[in-house]
Amino acid sequence: MQALYAQLLVGLINGSFYALLSLGLAVIFGMLNIINFAHGALYMMGAFVAYFLLDLGGINYWWALLIAPIIVGIFGMILERTMLQWLTGLDHLYGLLLTFGIALIVQGVFQNYFGSSGLPYAIPDQLKGGMNLGFMFLPVYRGWVVIFSLVVCLATWFLIEKTRLGAYLRAATENPTLVRAFGINVPRMITLTYGLGVGLAALAGVLSAPINQVRPLMGADLIIVVFAVVVIGGMGSIMGSIITGFALGVIEGLTKYFYPEASNTVVFVLMVLVLLVKPTGLTGRAA
Amino acid sequence: MKTRSLASFLLGTALTLAAAGIASAQDKTVKIGALSDQSGLYADLGGPGSTLAAQMAVEDSGLAAKGWKIDIVSGDHQNKPDIGTAIARQWFDVDKVDVIVDVPNSGVALAVNNVVKEKNGVYINSGAATSDLTNAQCSPNTVHWTYDTYMLAHTTGQALVKAGGDTWFFLTADYAFGAALERDTTSVITANGGKVVGGVKHPLNTPDFSSFLLQAQASKAKIIGLANAGGDTTNSIKQAAEFGIVKGGQKLAALLLFLTDVKAIGLETAQGLNFTETFYWDMNDQTRAFSKRFAERMKNNAPPTMVQAGVYAGLRHYFKALEAIGGNPHDGAKVVEKMKSMPTEDDLFGKGEIQPNGRTIHNAYLFEVKKPSESKGPWDFYKLVGTVPGDQAFTPLSESKCSLLKK
Repeated sequence: MQALYAQLLVGLINGSFYALLSLGLAVIFGMLNIINFAHGALYMMGAFVAYFLLDLGGINYWWALLIAPIIVGIFGMILERTMLQWLTGLDHLYGLLLTFGIALIVQGVFQNYFGSSGLPYAIPDQLKGGMNLGFMFLPVYRGWVVIFSLVVCLATWFLIEKTRLGAYLRAATENPTLVRAFGINVPRMITLTYGLGVGLAALAGVLSAPINQVRPLMGADLIIVVFAVVVIGGMGSIMGSIITGFALGVIEGLTKYFYPEASNTVVFVLMVLVLLVKPTGLTGRAA
Repeated sequence: MKTRSLASFLLGTALTLAAAGIASAQDKTVKIGALSDQSGLYADLGGPGSTLAAQMAVEDSGLAAKGWKIDIVSGDHQNKPDIGTAIARQWFDVDKVDVIVDVPNSGVALAVNNVVKEKNGVYINSGAATSDLTNAQCSPNTVHWTYDTYMLAHTTGQALVKAGGDTWFFLTADYAFGAALERDTTSVITANGGKVVGGVKHPLNTPDFSSFLLQAQASKAKIIGLANAGGDTTNSIKQAAEFGIVKGGQKLAALLLFLTDVKAIGLETAQGLNFTETFYWDMNDQTRAFSKRFAERMKNNAPPTMVQAGVYAGLRHYFKALEAIGGNPHDGAKVVEKMKSMPTEDDLFGKGEIQPNGRTIHNAYLFEVKKPSESKGPWDFYKLVGTVPGDQAFTPLSESKCSLLKK
């Protein structure tokens, strides 16, 4: 029974990565209608930027949490300005292919320079160690990841669903011409939104750097699962992707306990089941 | 008409046979296929570095000056047996490759083993671990150079059990290699009076080990055996430190650890780990000299791993055999037979031999990862703890199930 609690908690920790990543994807799809396959590569860039900040500039983890998403976010905005914006109004497939290509190039460049086995990034001193919860040993850093991701997820949800800015944004995706008539710069808003989504990916990258190796393929390994999360939650639904992210982390954790061999596939089995019953995903609306 | 056609037929046949005879005696062309994981979790320990090692073996052999023409092609098997065998077939059928080298990932290695046998090529495997290559699935065309699961189990495994680690829990990569390593280590543990109290099989290339590590922790086993490799091993070690496993009194056994893995984990986390390799760049003057030349040509100035060293040494021995034959007969079994008949000796692995089952025998070394304070340079990672002579480290012929031995 104790082991079960432990697995639930571990699942929640992994779920927080899924939630953060799928949140960024959902924001980008919901607002821009782009299926952002470069998300994994941008997550990886977040981890690498954190590594460089520490290794070359001596800038610690806490600053990296702020600076890395900004740097990668700016990179994302440049991508949007120079490439993605031309896809407005075209079929989803074009965006998917373009971002997939970008992901391959970015990963290839990193792999060429840094190899495949990864770079070490230490846990910050303040978050080292762990505590004994009775049923498991909880590393402080993992606890921090859950709390921090929850706060970021809820803040993003609040920003988009409850604020005036978010209302403009949602209106702009429904009817850009009308919103522009009110004097709002829609293209700039879209660029900033893409930047925000990308920044969320990079933030997840920084969070994951001390736990996993900083590797060029760290995003490629994760992105398919994250896409499954977004699809199960309902494409573009913010709350749906947050809840599904955490829930799938837990389900995966339980699978690792009861039947570890299936832990890499359980998410996809679930995806099939959900799509059979509800093709729009759990919280998605019909397009 | 009839006599003329018969005469021309006979003449033609005679000419063809003569040409073939000359070709087999004097053909001095060789084509090498370096098949590796070029982009995945084993790319740093083999990959482009293995191709460079093959290139250096060609250059150092001095055969070009003697009129030989040697080409190298390289391929990426992506850790998938179907892709590996497809490349191997293409190489033999279309590109006329004579010898395939490296091939890490036991699943791919065993699949390619069958293709090489079928096509009568030469297979010098350095990267794969499974001892089945020279045991149940041995082939007259295969030489297994660097290391194998039997050796890892009988060096690291045995040393740890004898040091008091009598209860084990395994984290095992769920494919041919993990299964072989767990099987071989388990037999060593039980033979030495220890016990395996549990284990978990994880999918290849798993980013998160926390669930598995919690199970290992709960098992209260004294030793947690890592029957995995590359990125899987580095992630398990890093996360084990995070979960306080070593501080809690359990010990990690990295049954297979490479130089590049230690680099990726960092000495801070990796210090004190015990493991076995058959080559380390800082062993002696010869290995240092080779490693310096190698590192100068590597992108990140990395010295060779034991897998890359094995590619070099294996090919050097292959060239010696070809020279002894006096040309390339393009007959894999014949070349391998010649390789087995000559003792091996090179700068990297020292003296040794290739047994009739294809297993190369040389010394194995028990190492310990240095503390950060003991390390003097960017790749100064290992302390030598002990040396195990080849005849004790590898499968004794009396225990081998290889069908080649029954003749």
